[in-house]
Amino acid sequence: MTNGARTLYDKLWEAHLVATRDDGTSLLYIDRHLVHEVTSPQAFEGLRMAGRPLRRPEAILSVVDHNISTQNRTTEIAEETSRLQVAALVENVQAFGVPYIPLLDDRQGIVHVIGPEQGFTLPGATVVCGDSHTSTHGAFGALAFGIGTSEVEHVMATQTLPQRRSKNMRVRFEGTLPPGLGGKDLALRLIGQIGTAGGTGHVIEFAGSAVRDLSMEGRMTLCNMAIEAGARSGLVAPDEITFAYLAGRPMAPAGPLWDQAVASWKTLATDAGAAFDREVVIEVSDLAPQVTWGTSPEAVVAITGCVPDPALAASAAEREAMTLALAYMDLRPGTPMEEVTVDVVFIGSCTNGRIEDLREAAAVARGRKVAAGVRALVVPGSGLVKLQAEAEGLDRIFLEAGFEWRLPGCSMCLGMNDDRLEPGERSASTSNRNFEGRQGRGGRTHLVSPGMAAAAAVTGRFTDVRRLLEAQ
Amino acid sequence: MKPFTTLTGTAAPLLRANVDTDLIIPKQFLKTLVRTGLGRHLFSEIRYDAEGRELPEFILNQPAFRGAEVLLSGPNFGCGSSREHAPWALLDFGIRCVIAPSFAEIFFNNCFANGILPLALPMAAIQQLAEAKGPVTVDLPEQTVSAAGLCFRFELEPARKNTLVQGLDEIARSLACLPAIEAYEANRTQATPWL
Ligand code: SF4
Repeated sequence: MTNGARTLYDKLWEAHLVATRDDGTSLLYIDRHLVHEVTSPQAFEGLRMAGRPLRRPEAILSVVDHNISTQNRTTEIAEETSRLQVAALVENVQAFGVPYIPLLDDRQGIVHVIGPEQGFTLPGATVVCGDSHTSTHGAFGALAFGIGTSEVEHVMATQTLPQRRSKNMRVRFEGTLPPGLGGKDLALRLIGQIGTAGGTGHVIEFAGSAVRDLSMEGRMTLCNMAIEAGARSGLVAPDEITFAYLAGRPMAPAGPLWDQAVASWKTLATDAGAAFDREVVIEVSDLAPQVTWGTSPEAVVAITGCVPDPALAASAAEREAMTLALAYMDLRPGTPMEEVTVDVVFIGSCTNGRIEDLREAAAVARGRKVAAGVRALVVPGSGLVKLQAEAEGLDRIFLEAGFEWRLPGCSMCLGMNDDRLEPGERSASTSNRNFEGRQGRGGRTHLVSPGMAAAAAVTGRFTDVRRLLEAQ
Repeated sequence: MKPFTTLTGTAAPLLRANVDTDLIIPKQFLKTLVRTGLGRHLFSEIRYDAEGRELPEFILNQPAFRGAEVLLSGPNFGCGSSREHAPWALLDFGIRCVIAPSFAEIFFNNCFANGILPLALPMAAIQQLAEAKGPVTVDLPEQTVSAAGLCFRFELEPARKNTLVQGLDEIARSLACLPAIEAYEANRTQATPWL
């Protein structure tokens, strides 16, 4: 920063600096706090035990999403532990006066879908949530990151967090993304290159022509997976696309305040000449759809490629890790990805459960049938996404093709409710993690875009979505 | 929080890269309302078979390692979700120190909130510790790890070290800055009234 030029991250950081604590750590002000049922009970309990008040209840938006059924929407969740956790949130938000979107409300949905949808997420804000995919909100030029439960309690009590400054990293996606590809392919391509620890210690600003061209939803998908690259947060500088998305949202500013806000948001860009600690440039004009083959999001190949061979690994440790992953995934080196068959298709999650994602999948499903033996689920990210999709007739397209049309929630992204893979089942999933057992014990997850997931559903195997789109 | 100064105990090697939080504590155990009792579910999916029987080959099921207090692992330990259930499960099992070449950030932060020391050493040193016979001693004030004939120095930010050694209440420390928080809020209401 010798020339005084600052990155977007530098600006967000400096604007939220409250104090330097006696131990030298920086205290950062937190503007927005999203709360859900899984990572909050112990935080509320901690406040109670210490007799501490909740400093700014109105800075919180809470919702249940992880535990709930996507098949029937009654508050009587069948499973005892899930029901208790949902009940605990309802009790806590009432006791502490925290804004809450009820389970039976149309606005209910996955935290990272409803924050932007309600205009709760705004450029220039700091946004936290007891959930690693909080990085999603960085798509608006907000400094957004996931925190643990002790930190949730810390924010509740102080509206601040002690933080260490991250390093600046910029990822530029240059060129024009080919038709049929989107934010998910960019995210997977990047993680395949830099690895799941590639962004550790950094905040990644996504830039370049392909990001400028990306819709708000594509940018959210990209920032959502910044955490999968190990980064603290992802960021995209707000622009006209951002403002158009936010205008008129229930919790966004309106009237003269809107104009004042937009004028301020326009200053949220990296200055020319600002230095980054690390920069990665990826040319995307001839990118092919991406798909994972292993048990880490960095295990990525193009759909036109094959299952890699551990014999070609760079080191003994890598060879061993690959061999373990291939055994778990039951894949043989050299198998073309297009020959790998699937049992289950999951379209949804905070990565790809928004309206554009469903449109992309529906474009592939239209007039086709889910392949015999394949179970395919479409789970909208929120009640409002669901209503919008139904208004556009997407539900009909999915149902006629043989997909299941579900109620909003996290669902098979992590299978805390009753949507999960059986041991040995293989899925094409639009979620964000392919860890062992993530979607169910012994389940085998391949991460793909919504279009690629729909293509796998109708052909029964991983298929280059571009071929199906051309055929239409 | 219990202060962390020195610890002498058995070190169990789980030498794989990218041990993720789903592996440390799978989602079905996140439905708890308390911080305790998760130790028996630690590493559940690789520790027990589908019927809940212990898998004898898993390191923490072997007699010598059942009481391990230190865990040795590979790079990028704790990657994945923000679930603090991961350090809660380790702590409840009895593990108070994880030694790995690198850690995922949220997990790393969560450890300090629970009196667990996430300690970074090069993989070669970890290999040597895994092969050493007898207990491992972690001395946080001196910033050393030693075992039969071995001694390694590790780095840790002074503020982090202090938190653990003194077992400090992080929230109380931030609340000590209350005047600054109030001043910030007053200014913010003027500058960005939409927030
Ligand atoms: S959809 Fe998946 S990744 Fe997103 S918040 Fe829910 S469980 Fe977490």
